[in-house]
Amino acid sequence: MIVSSPLLQVADLVTRFGAVTAVDNVSFDIRPGEIFGLVGESGCGKSATCRSLIRLFGGASAEIAGGSILFQGSDLAQLDSRAMEDVRGNRIAMIFQDPMTALNPTMRIGEQIAEGVRRHRGLKGEAARREVITLLESVGVTSAASRLAAYPHEFSGGMRQRVLIAIALACRPRLLIADEPTTALDVTIQDQILKLILRLRDETGLAVLMVTHDLGVVAQTCDRVAVMYAGRIVERGDTRQIFSRPAHPYTRALLDALPAHTGRGTRLKPLGGEPPDLSAPPPGCRFHPRCDFATAVCRAAEPSLQPIETGHDTACLRAGELGL
Amino acid sequence: MSWVSAETQERFRRNLSLQVGLAMLVALALLILLAPLFTHLDTSEVNFDRALLPPSGNNWFGTDDLGRDVFARVVAAAGIDLQIAVICVFVPFVIGSAVGLVSGYVGGMTDVMLMRIVDVLWAFPFYVLVIAIVGSLGPSLLNMYMAFTLVAWISFARIVRGEVLLVKRMEYVQAAQVLGYSQARIILRHVLPNVIAPAIVFMMADVVLTILAVTALGFLGLGIQPPTPEWGVMISEGRNFIVDGWWGSLFPGLAIVYVGVTFAFLGDGLDDFLRPKQ
Repeated sequence: MIVSSPLLQVADLVTRFGAVTAVDNVSFDIRPGEIFGLVGESGCGKSATCRSLIRLFGGASAEIAGGSILFQGSDLAQLDSRAMEDVRGNRIAMIFQDPMTALNPTMRIGEQIAEGVRRHRGLKGEAARREVITLLESVGVTSAASRLAAYPHEFSGGMRQRVLIAIALACRPRLLIADEPTTALDVTIQDQILKLILRLRDETGLAVLMVTHDLGVVAQTCDRVAVMYAGRIVERGDTRQIFSRPAHPYTRALLDALPAHTGRGTRLKPLGGEPPDLSAPPPGCRFHPRCDFATAVCRAAEPSLQPIETGHDTACLRAGELGL
Repeated sequence: MSWVSAETQERFRRNLSLQVGLAMLVALALLILLAPLFTHLDTSEVNFDRALLPPSGNNWFGTDDLGRDVFARVVAAAGIDLQIAVICVFVPFVIGSAVGLVSGYVGGMTDVMLMRIVDVLWAFPFYVLVIAIVGSLGPSLLNMYMAFTLVAWISFARIVRGEVLLVKRMEYVQAAQVLGYSQARIILRHVLPNVIAPAIVFMMADVVLTILAVTALGFLGLGIQPPTPEWGVMISEGRNFIVDGWWGSLFPGLAIVYVGVTFAFLGDGLDDFLRPKQ
């Protein structure tokens, strides 16, 4: 494995939505050209984490209450809003979950991409138009030139997601945040979009933060992955390590619920219970009410991320003895 | 028509309300513009020998108590009433939409302050406020424009603000923020086009309401002053002779109905035509 200095270093990030701490002491780093997965159930804080990186919370009143987000030498948690505007779209781009609502319905496709090309690359007129066509072709939209005048409603879901990726790439970002990019798409289109993201990574050295609840997506794309539960990272490591030697009971439970991972003839094991209420999280290990292995100590002491092998950390007090 | 996409043309072809409304509006506009060709009669020429003549080949809508040709006056009043209605609706439309955009998009204290102003104005009955303003400033065209502008923008502000609150949560607005576009650009290019349609549709309904209000003011003597032809004034004057000369009030009344129907069709048609495609 090539170890280069990280592109993005998130350390002890805390983000609060009012009284709710949605992101609690989250740390991870992403290297150039790496696809890093952030996995967890709905409401575990994975979307809140990537919203924190670009400091846009979609109108909700949220604030970064602690930690640092080092990106290309500056701390995004400290930048003023003007400097932040320059980072957004320019060096960090984002694609959204629902391609049906992420495009402006009253603006032509070509114009929506050209807007970014003009804003961030300073291209004008015919040069901008040519760049738009190149971008559309690079994301696999065929006969791009004839589609520039189309409106979003004339495109299918998969094509719209391609257009969104083209818009994100218009400014040649170093980091692409993909917030559940395939969740709203059907399976065959999902596969095409993931392959597209992989190819773009290979061709341009783009780093990707892949946020998903789908372990299948992680297995197909991610180099490393962090598993989140109730606002915290409970396990972090290479994708292969996580899948073959999960060290946290929550990760184990997620894998046991995955058809492709359990052997043929084995029953799938659903994970019982509900994620905790983040305004009043349980004491000790936050997973203990749903954990098959919880003991008295899990109910009292808060576990922190500890290495169990090179590049593989877990936040389980009993990680050493369980042998999951 | 190559600058209009085939789909837009098709949408227009299937939109009967819009076609009828536009046709009626064009007919009215032609009538106003070409009026001198239709009628050789003066709108203010008084001739007591010809007072209260019923409709005939010479005076299509008859003559009023002063012997003036009602048809010529109805057509001349159309130009004036439409002009007043359009100005009294368009200016509040622009102001109200701008306030609604800012209020909805910026939110917070700005939103609270602006909407409380709207609430206060909303609490007054429309006519009472207009009559109070015109009554205290004195009846003149300019004062009427001012009164309507002061009162009518609140509807547009509310409509647009409500739409903005909806649209600003859409992912494409968030996407534009993520792309680092300026606030002005996001408001004008990504929010405005997606929120303005209901305000435009309401504008059509508001034209009808405004014409009624203008004629009501005329009727009460607070609007256009005689002898300028104006529908409300004409109905008011004709009412004294309603038994002997019903045509003096009926035809201006029908003209108001015609304009009302025209803009109702336009509003209905535009509602379909402008609805965002998904």
